[in-house]
Amino acid sequence: MSIQTPDAPTALPPAEPPKKAKTGRRSIFLRRPFFTIALIVAAGYVLAAIFAPYVAPYDPVMQDINAMMQAPSMAHLLGTDSYGQDILSRVIYGARYALIIGIFSVLIGAAGGLVIGLAAGLSGGWLEWALMRLIDSILALPSLILAVAFIAILGQGVDKVVVAVGLSMIGPFARTVRADVMQVRVQLFVEAATLMSIPYLKVIWRHVLPNVIFPLAVQVTIRISEAILVSSSLSFLGIGVTPPTPDWGLMIAEGRAFVSFAAWMSAMPGFALALLLIALSIVGDGIREEFDPKLRRGA
Amino acid sequence: MIMSQTQTKRPSTAPTPPVFELIEVEQEFSVPQPGRSLFNRDTVGLKALDGVRLSIAQGASLALVGESGSGKSTLLRVLLGLDAPSGGRALYRGKPIREARARGTGFARDVAMVYQDARGSLDPRMTVGQLIAEPLRHFNIVRKGEEAARVAQLIDRVGLPTDAASRYPSGLSGGQVRRVAIARALASEPSVLVADEAVSGLDVSTQAQLLTLLRSLQRDMGLTLVFITHDLGVASYLCEEIAIMYLGRIVETGPTDAVLDTPAHPYSAALRAAAPRFFEPIPEPLPGEIPSPLDLPNGCRFSSRCPAAQEDCRLRDPQLGQQGAGRAVACLHPLTSTGAQASETR
Ligand SMILES: Nc1ncnc2c1ncn2[C@@H]1O[C@H](COP(=O)(O)OP(=O)(O)OP(=O)(O)O)[C@@H](O)[C@H]1O
Ligand code: SF4
Ligand SMILES: [Mg+2]
Repeated sequence: MSIQTPDAPTALPPAEPPKKAKTGRRSIFLRRPFFTIALIVAAGYVLAAIFAPYVAPYDPVMQDINAMMQAPSMAHLLGTDSYGQDILSRVIYGARYALIIGIFSVLIGAAGGLVIGLAAGLSGGWLEWALMRLIDSILALPSLILAVAFIAILGQGVDKVVVAVGLSMIGPFARTVRADVMQVRVQLFVEAATLMSIPYLKVIWRHVLPNVIFPLAVQVTIRISEAILVSSSLSFLGIGVTPPTPDWGLMIAEGRAFVSFAAWMSAMPGFALALLLIALSIVGDGIREEFDPKLRRGA
Repeated sequence: MIMSQTQTKRPSTAPTPPVFELIEVEQEFSVPQPGRSLFNRDTVGLKALDGVRLSIAQGASLALVGESGSGKSTLLRVLLGLDAPSGGRALYRGKPIREARARGTGFARDVAMVYQDARGSLDPRMTVGQLIAEPLRHFNIVRKGEEAARVAQLIDRVGLPTDAASRYPSGLSGGQVRRVAIARALASEPSVLVADEAVSGLDVSTQAQLLTLLRSLQRDMGLTLVFITHDLGVASYLCEEIAIMYLGRIVETGPTDAVLDTPAHPYSAALRAAAPRFFEPIPEPLPGEIPSPLDLPNGCRFSSRCPAAQEDCRLRDPQLGQQGAGRAVACLHPLTSTGAQASETR
């Protein structure tokens, strides 16, 4: 048998994979045209939300008795509502509320889900049992119903909606985190760390948590649209944010009575909501497919 | 060095205990009774290890060979202190292994492990550099400023390209990943390296490179090596001693060349005959299924497949006993002529 000496690393395959990954990252926008378009749309919403005072032509809560229920025109591009408020301005400001509520409630849900999911996944025994029954009972209800229940306890207002929607999303987050934890904690590299006599908590911090956080971050991007939908539904039902806040769900509800002769009043915020939700889910899916090693391996 | 040989060769002035000593070690798992109904909770004991005697001296290199399911990995977990044996005593330098492990980081630093699934044993979110630095930092081996230099040195020592430090394990080939695992194991400056099938599943030239590396490491650093393998060629290339396992018991130990040239146990002979060419995993070594550890044959556990079985083999269970120069065998009718004499005089 001919044996090469170990100090002959030239025999090893060249350093190829990182380069490939880099070119792959550069061309994601070309490889996924829908993702790119959706990202641009979503970014447009974010910019509109941030710079709402500069891009909105009118004050969103300014009522003009002389311009009530006007169809779209040059003066009011998307028309006005029954109080004479400019719908375009309200839609632009509405993006603020939608995104703020969506992002912060998802963060609350993700943080709560991370804590409960970690505890359930690591504890075992009766604590895990109790936590999982709690999560199951939360999951048995759709998030909208749960959010309604929390609103009933907390009361109305933007901050209350954020908390209510956030709490209602803890269940699904906790479940995915727990599943990931259970999967990671039996991995060999966790045992290898224990073998090195690294303390338990440090192993969790260094090896379990990072492997759970990344899939969670992907979940966050995907679930923002769900949070926005739930919060809009709350407003539509009249129990979310209070008028005259420029909120899409609220605007759709207000326009409902006039839908036969002033369809734009509901249609414009409805269209804005639908477009944002579609854009966000395409972006979320794109991110998941791009960064989830499980999906990538299968591809 | 194995078994009583250590006693004879040990310098009388400084009696150092062997690195590992297993005395009648048993490991019994309770498993569901075969064929039990869904609501039946009966369990039976499965003896994955049954009366294992083994002694590994400082600087020895031992190959642990046996068919799948013979208990090699279970033995390794006992050696590493991951599981407490259900019976017998497992000692590390004269102290129980579990105690040695519980008392600080000394044991973990001294005994390093290379897993068979090297890729699975490396955190996929860490770069090679971070992976190798982890034990350096954990055991306080070098000062912070010298860390990068030591990582580079280890990477170079195991024959990885210099730029490997910034890469992730997913971007490395199977052979390179094993090298990373070896570098990581060496980082803690251990005196014992334990490896489970560290070269299996690789192509022959990669295997050869890794074996050369392991052998030179063992020589340069005076490592004590415990190496599980399916491959008698690997065993004879890398290890001076061999221990052959069958159904939870070590049935023969001794110097690798001697055991493979003139096997004393019929099972060793069958393994040797089944692997006429070295550097290939053992094919079907023997006709007949390996019996279930739940249902051992009476007497000698090898009697159901042994070509040399005689009447008394089904009555008495042979223990591992000394058999000539540094060798030991668990058989009532060993094959070699010296063995026959030994058993007669016993
Ligand atoms: N945790 C466990 N619970 C129950 N039975 C076990 C457990 N671990 C191992 N066993 C049993 O113990 C026996 C020995 O297993 P072990 O993994 O040590 O074999 P091995 O020699 O390493 O085999 P291989 O070459 O396939 O890795 C097998 O019959 C196995 O089913
Ligand atoms: S004791 Fe008997 S059955 Fe067992 S290995 Fe020896 S000869 Fe074969
Ligand atoms: Mg094994």
